[in-house]
Amino acid sequence: MRRDKKNLDSKFLTGKLKTRFTEDIIAIDEHSDMLTAVVKKEAIHEVIRFLKENESLGFTFLTTLCGIHYPDQELQLGVIYHLHRFSDNSRIRIKTFLPLDNPSVPTVTDLFSAANWMERETYDFYGILFEGHPNLKRILNVEYLDYFPMRKEFPLEDPTRKDKDNRFFGR
Amino acid sequence: MKTASYNKVDPPEGFTSPGIFATTFDKVVGLARKNSIWPLPFATSCCGIEFMATMGAHYDLGRFGAERLSFSPRQADLLMVMGTIAKKMAPVVQQVYVQMAEPRWVIAVGACAASGGIFDTYSVLQGIDRIVPVDVYVPGCPPRPEQIIDGFMKIQELVGKESLRRRYSQEYKDLLESYGIR
Repeated sequence: MRRDKKNLDSKFLTGKLKTRFTEDIIAIDEHSDMLTAVVKKEAIHEVIRFLKENESLGFTFLTTLCGIHYPDQELQLGVIYHLHRFSDNSRIRIKTFLPLDNPSVPTVTDLFSAANWMERETYDFYGILFEGHPNLKRILNVEYLDYFPMRKEFPLEDPTRKDKDNRFFGR
Repeated sequence: MKTASYNKVDPPEGFTSPGIFATTFDKVVGLARKNSIWPLPFATSCCGIEFMATMGAHYDLGRFGAERLSFSPRQADLLMVMGTIAKKMAPVVQQVYVQMAEPRWVIAVGACAASGGIFDTYSVLQGIDRIVPVDVYVPGCPPRPEQIIDGFMKIQELVGKESLRRRYSQEYKDLLESYGIR
């Protein structure tokens, strides 16, 4: 099904968010037909609650939640939320960035139960701590893994492998 | 009149005289074991599909006395690990191995089971020989059924020649100890 672009009234949405969260929105613009807002982490829970519970907005579905690591940024780690509105199939992307030494962000499991496993996965791969999460432990990797494999400072390759000669792999 | 269309296994080396055949106990047991191996297929990915072809009518692993797959480790003689083993699955493979009764053999089919293959990554076990002792490695990604059969025949060779005392030897105990298996 093709998404009807006209239904995504991004100007209306931008105005709504800017009026309600003047101080907390760092940037808001449209990337690839999808409204993207960068929000301070203190306000992330309130922004998502507003998008979900405000009657004129009604983004009642959390499509995805994931982490990201930009090692060149001052706030290196990020959490990205995609919200979906069923009435017109429009979507919005919310980002928030966190410092590497204290990567904590409020949980949204109280708003969306679906966030439970997604936040666990984000913790598993990026070490982002979700304050108030009911069961924040690794979900996909082995329990004894002592690092967060998707962070850029860790190599993707298994560090114990001995049979690979870098010369034959273009490294 | 039709002639018999089945193959017979040659007798082991021994002393033959009219009405008598004498050989060592090792060889008789080895002969029986190697022609009735019960494999336990531990198939996790594409090598498992190749194994299904190997078990099918065209390649027919039953010709080697192995048509009876054992899906319980307790009755199996040969653990066939076919496919990528994630680190999270490693304790399961090891537990399956521990549950098998002696004597037991292991064959690592395919690049992933043998070395991690292309999955040189944080989540994949870099070869099952890190958790269980392996007798035969079959290379390939995935290996063709002929290669799997070749690996299986290598196992048969090992089984047929194994001395009855090997599993009691200090060397073997040390080997298991090095994997933390008791």
